[in-house]
Order: sequence, then structure tokens, then C-alpha cells
Amino acid sequence: MTTKFSPDHEYVRLEGDAGTIGISIYAQEQLGDIVFVELPALGATFSKGDETAVVESVKAASEIYAPVSGTVIEINEALNGDPGLVNTDSEGSGWIYKLKLSDASEMDGLMDAQAYAAHTN
Amino acid sequence: MRYLPHSDAERKEMLQAIGASSVDDLFRAVPASLYQEHSLELPDHQPEFMVEAHMRALSQKNHVAGSGPFFIGAGAYRHHVPASVDHLIQRSEFLTAYTPYQPEISQGTLQMLFEFQTQVAHLTGMEVTNASMYDGSTATAEAVLMARRLTRRDKIVLSGGVHPQYRDVVRTYLGDSDALVCLKASPEGQGDITDHIDDKTAAIVVQTPDFYGHLRDVKKLADAAHAHGALLIVVVTEIVSLGLIEAPGALGADIVVAEGQSIGNPLTYGGPYVGLMATRSKFIRQMPGRLCGETVDAAGRRGYVLTLSTREQHIRREKATSNICTNSGLCALAFSIHMSLLGEAGLKRLARLNHARACELANALEKISGVELLNSTFFNEMSVRLSKPAAPIVEELAAKGILAGVPVSRLEPDQPQYANLMVLAATELTSDQDIAGLCAALEEALA
Repeated sequence: MTTKFSPDHEYVRLEGDAGTIGISIYAQEQLGDIVFVELPALGATFSKGDETAVVESVKAASEIYAPVSGTVIEINEALNGDPGLVNTDSEGSGWIYKLKLSDASEMDGLMDAQAYAAHTN
Repeated sequence: MRYLPHSDAERKEMLQAIGASSVDDLFRAVPASLYQEHSLELPDHQPEFMVEAHMRALSQKNHVAGSGPFFIGAGAYRHHVPASVDHLIQRSEFLTAYTPYQPEISQGTLQMLFEFQTQVAHLTGMEVTNASMYDGSTATAEAVLMARRLTRRDKIVLSGGVHPQYRDVVRTYLGDSDALVCLKASPEGQGDITDHIDDKTAAIVVQTPDFYGHLRDVKKLADAAHAHGALLIVVVTEIVSLGLIEAPGALGADIVVAEGQSIGNPLTYGGPYVGLMATRSKFIRQMPGRLCGETVDAAGRRGYVLTLSTREQHIRREKATSNICTNSGLCALAFSIHMSLLGEAGLKRLARLNHARACELANALEKISGVELLNSTFFNEMSVRLSKPAAPIVEELAAKGILAGVPVSRLEPDQPQYANLMVLAATELTSDQDIAGLCAALEEALA
């Protein structure tokens, strides 16, 4: 199980060919209180860099981009009732959606935790 | 002296940054046929009293709606607006900016909008409403775009009973997309819209009472749409009808849009009017327009705010739910004051009165040879087929000071089979004498 980060502050946690995607702890801190998450459609296919979801805080809305290419196999419906999970546990129960990766090699282009920490410094 | 802040070089730089070759390039969406080729040839300036005399002479050419029998409806209705409405909307408390950009300091305006939203929600039988839109037609187009976002589907089916101008506005908004199915006008009753719903359909759009006056079976249409995962958008052009007809929200509509002119707002040459939009709570994030909410301040006192602004253009930019970031504030205020004066019982009485006047009109029309009533149901508006083309008859009666109705050919010019059709409305202002005058003139013209 590896977790990688995109420069746009999404993370991908890879298990087999399924990647769990959300926003980093740093990103949720920057956004402040999350009040709404617009989830992607199940079965939707995205290329790396496509807009997939929207995270809304009190005064701003931010697009979430696909850090890797793939098809949406699961969405975190719990966020409909409790979008604050993105604040309290962004890399755990505050995940946003899961992608079946179409090109696992795209993971190599992302940052590991150490590189991401340097990126946000 | 004109003050032009941008130099040619700066303009060039800005155009380059957005990839446009000229300023005209920014207006490409406007069809070439609509550009004014020749100069307007306006007269030279005149002294103030000359201009006043000129305007007075022009205004004397008008036929004022209240000056004789008047049966024009078709989306704009002549109702009595109490004098108190006009007085109250001019009070200084309401003279704040119509679209407050620092909204929370305008508590009076916000409270008014909140009351307005509450009234519209009650009327339409829906859970949430916005602070109003430009008019019924643009609200319809916005509802169509909203349905596409909600369902992530493209296909829109417009009923043949939707006001022809509303259909034109939707067509303009969607840019003649293949996914827009406009059914043929249906003056004689229920269309076959349910046959056009499939699993790609985002929404069907149905007006009730429709353009020709017929009431539509909202429940049946909602069930048919929902069976395919599509939404039902209900359009209401005569809002007074909701004082008598069951609210579309109670019958399964997903989005209700309406023209609110009939309450509080005079005809005024066709505008400004006020669009109403209401929907279900679960769809609120995709609803366009300003939204006023009630909350409490730090001391626990009631206060009003503009809420869910992240849907709107000033925050969401090009990703906003709509490019509309204003509302018809003054018309909404007039609506809200008139509605408050009426109250629930008053609105019901007003609606009954409208229907009763329309029944009188229908009974009288049916007795005229050469007039065939097309409606088995109506609220305050109906269609007739005349034994002669309607447009010249309407002109002939207008010359006698009787405004008989709207010839369908005026709005459906490409449908010669409707040349003899006319739409007529009656309201609480329609007297027995008005009806008698119309009928006598019609009898003479059709003889």
C-alpha cells in the first residue's frame, strides 16, 4: 500500500489497482471548514488532470483533479451527510472517491510523503 | 470629454491574453443578422419642453389597457394592483442597493427577500426558492440547465404547451442543441410528451395552465419522468392560478418556475417582470441565483444572510451554476407586499374570481356562431378557433377600442394551421360589460 501526492494536493492510496483519492491534511487546513463535497458519478472515466469533484468551504469552492487516470468505482457517500470528515480525517474516513487505475505507471509521476512535505513547505 | 481608461496597447494585450483577435470577436454569439448595419439616424438634440411635447404626442398613440375591454393574456396579465403596493415599494427603507454586495448590512432588503422566498415556496409547494430571477422565460432556461447538471444527462423535452417565447429563450440558452426536443404546439389539449421520455432525458418541461389555457396532469407527468430518472420542470405563467390549482410541488414536480408579474406588478409594456424558481432541498446546490437565509448573530438575535454563495459567479467564476448574480429586487418586493396584503384567503378568493370571470367569458363566447372553444379545462385563459383568420379580427376590434386577445399566429408564425386561433384571458378586472362588448364586436366581425 503506497500513498502518493499530486502538486494540486490530492492524495492517492493504492491498494491493488484501486486508488483511494482525497485531499491532503495540508489542503484541508488551507481550505478551512468544509461544508459540501460534490462527488463524481459512479462509473465516470477520468484522465489524469480532469476535474472530478468539488470541495466547498464557507467562502470558496475548489475543484479536485484526478491525480491519475481511471474509472470511478466507489464514492464516499458519508460526505453527503458529514462533509466535515474531510477536515477531521482527510486521509482516512474523509476520502472522496476510488478509481480503478487505467495506467498504474502514472503513480510514478506523483510525490511521496517526503517530497510532498517539501512541496508544501 | 470621454474618459477611456485603457490604451490601445493595453486592449491589444488583454485580447491576446484571452485569445480574441478583436473586441467584436467577443460578441460572436450574436447572430450577424441582428447587427445594426446602418446608423440609427437619431434627430439632433432638442430643448427639454420640445422633448416633453414629443413624448406626450407619442404616448397619446397608446391604447391604455384599462381604457376598454381587454382580454390579452398569453404570459402577462392585467390584474388590480392595490395603490398601497406602489406606495410601500417607494419607502426609503427599501431604497438600498437592489443587489447588495455587502449584503449583511442591508437587513431590511434581506428580510424582504426571505419573506418573498417563503411565499414562493408555499405557493409552489416546494422546499426552497431563490430570491427571484429576471422573468419566467429565463427562469425556465435556468431550470433546464439545472436539470442537466443534476442528472448529468443532456436531453430536454419541451412540451408544445410551453409559451412559444419561453421555448425560444430556452433554444437561445442551449444554442439549438440536438439534445433539445421541442414538441409541436398543441392548442387542442394534452400533447404526447410522455412518449418522448427515455433514459437519456434530463427533464421534461411542461406548462400548466399551458399557453392555450389547458390544465396539465402534473402527477402523471411527474411519474412518467421519474420512471426514467428524468426530472419534471413545471412552468406557470399565471401565478394567480396557484390560488386555486394544487401546487405543482405537491404533485411531484422537481423544479417549478413561474412568471410572478400577476402579483404586484403592472403590465408595463412587458417588463421588468419577476421570475420565480423553486425546487427540492436536495437540489439546492445546483439551483442558480441569490439565496437568502435566516440565522442568528453572535448574541443569538435573528438575522438574515445571503447563503450558499459558493454556487454563484462572484465566487465560483465560470464554474458557477449560472451567470445570473442578481435578481428582480423591486418586482419581488412588489410581489411580496401584494401577496402579504392578499394573504392566503385573499389569494384563493382572487383566483376563484378570476376563474369565475373566465367561465362567464367562455359561456358567452360559445354562444357566438363562428367561435369554437378549444378548452375542456382552463383557469382564466382559453383558446378559440374563429371562422376567419384571427389576426385581422383582432386588428378590427382594436380599432374599436376592444383588445380581444392574442392571435396564435403572432407567436407561432410558421404554423398556418393555427391562423384562426386566438388566446383570451379574463381576470378579476373583466366586467360583464367588457364581455358583452367583446362578443357583440366579434359577432359583427365574424358575420
